[in-house]
Amino acid sequence: MTILAKHSAQWLVYKALREHDVNVKIDSVLSPTEGLIHGRKTILLGTNNYLGLTFDPDCIEKAVDATRRQGTGTTGSRMANGNYDGHNKLEEAVAKFYGREHAMVFSTGYQANLGVLSTLVGRGDHLMLDADSHASIYDGSRLGGAEVIRFRHNSPDDLYKRLRRLEGAPGDRLIVVEGIYSMLGDTSPLKEIAAVKRETGAYLLVDEAHSMGVLGETGRGLAEAAGVEADVDFIVGTFSKSLGSVGGFCVSDSPDFDVLRMICRPYMFTASLPPGVVASTLEALIKLQAEPELRANLIRNAHHLYDGLGAMGFQTGPEVNPIVAVAMPDRETAVMAWKMLLEAGVYLNLAIPPATPTSVCLLRTSVSAAHTPQQIDTVLDIFAHVGRQLGLLSADRRRAGGAV
Amino acid sequence: MRQTPQLALVENKVDASEKSVRDDISSIFEQVLGHPVKITDGTDIVEDLGMDSLGVMNFVMAIEDFYDISIPLDRIAQIQTVGDLIHAVDDLRSGNPS
Repeated sequence: MTILAKHSAQWLVYKALREHDVNVKIDSVLSPTEGLIHGRKTILLGTNNYLGLTFDPDCIEKAVDATRRQGTGTTGSRMANGNYDGHNKLEEAVAKFYGREHAMVFSTGYQANLGVLSTLVGRGDHLMLDADSHASIYDGSRLGGAEVIRFRHNSPDDLYKRLRRLEGAPGDRLIVVEGIYSMLGDTSPLKEIAAVKRETGAYLLVDEAHSMGVLGETGRGLAEAAGVEADVDFIVGTFSKSLGSVGGFCVSDSPDFDVLRMICRPYMFTASLPPGVVASTLEALIKLQAEPELRANLIRNAHHLYDGLGAMGFQTGPEVNPIVAVAMPDRETAVMAWKMLLEAGVYLNLAIPPATPTSVCLLRTSVSAAHTPQQIDTVLDIFAHVGRQLGLLSADRRRAGGAV
Repeated sequence: MRQTPQLALVENKVDASEKSVRDDISSIFEQVLGHPVKITDGTDIVEDLGMDSLGVMNFVMAIEDFYDISIPLDRIAQIQTVGDLIHAVDDLRSGNPS
């Protein structure tokens, strides 16, 4: 017996997955779309590297230069010795990009949600979460003292019903949804959610982690694409996907927004981002705005993969987005397909319950603007081969079940 | 993709006015699980009824719809047995938030 024996059920699952070698070690990353895994050159198709900026020469140059000039780390919090000119410039740039008065930068996207959700609402307030929210949203909801109510995924009606039940109760209401949901790549019905927000007097926060640089005329995300930016009170996001680095942020027009710097513990009690990360992020944000063709390539690749897999008979998510999820009939088939794809030179994410909605097993892919059409064709060929081997295509689809 | 058709069934089949909360919950369990169940206040929802966390969440949503209440997540976390669930439903229906 150890102190961890209480997690014995999860330990068994972990050991089984480890036997299958599903926790891949990437020996070397060669480019935004290729890495060496088990000594083989492998197409990376599950990295959230939407604009492919991790190897952008200008971003690398800025990071190297800042590191040389300012060191490898800040060794302190924004509240103390870790508040550099770069952090402030980055906040100005993020605020300007979103057309908002204020921005706050966090050390990770996870901490941004943890910090913002635990301070915007507290005891006596009501936090309304989409049931499929990311773990960071659930964890942030637990860190604050607000009453947490979840509504059915992407259901404005269920949200409305639950807000109506709160009629007459004191306290603020904060609705939290995501731009693109990370497992299936589906978007939030934001127009309808915004209408519920207006009718019920709630506040609205949108997590654009997977939609920044992906959706909207200028890449600001789903709120921009849906034309409801004025209804969104707070936008949270991350630098670790389309901007190719690490870190999180929140933007808002709330005039007293900066009070968060004094009360937001996941912002205060952690070291700030290293200068190199700040510098590459700033440069990547410039690229995002200056090179709309990146987004065009990304969407082209998303269509290429989504349409190709669908034409073969694979069951994919409900919308064409850079996250393309392929439903597998069961856990064993999912693991087998994942291993066969990896052996054939394609890395993607194996997503199994409880990380997935409705207990579905998924092969989760994410395309990048940096993938070439030839790489996507190669991926499709390999999927076709694996699908045939496992009997997952067309005529076999009924057997595979209608999970997605 | 995330349809839970059994939940609609639940809403239609049970008549709230004539049954105790325990009877309602028993009927909803039977419809969600698809077979008859014997429950007491001491029945452990996960251990004895074999529901996974997602099943519990969907079941809780069916209960919420049925009684037109929302059970906050921290209350759900405290619910282990059928008795706990009955207690939470009674509290929320009587307007007692905790």
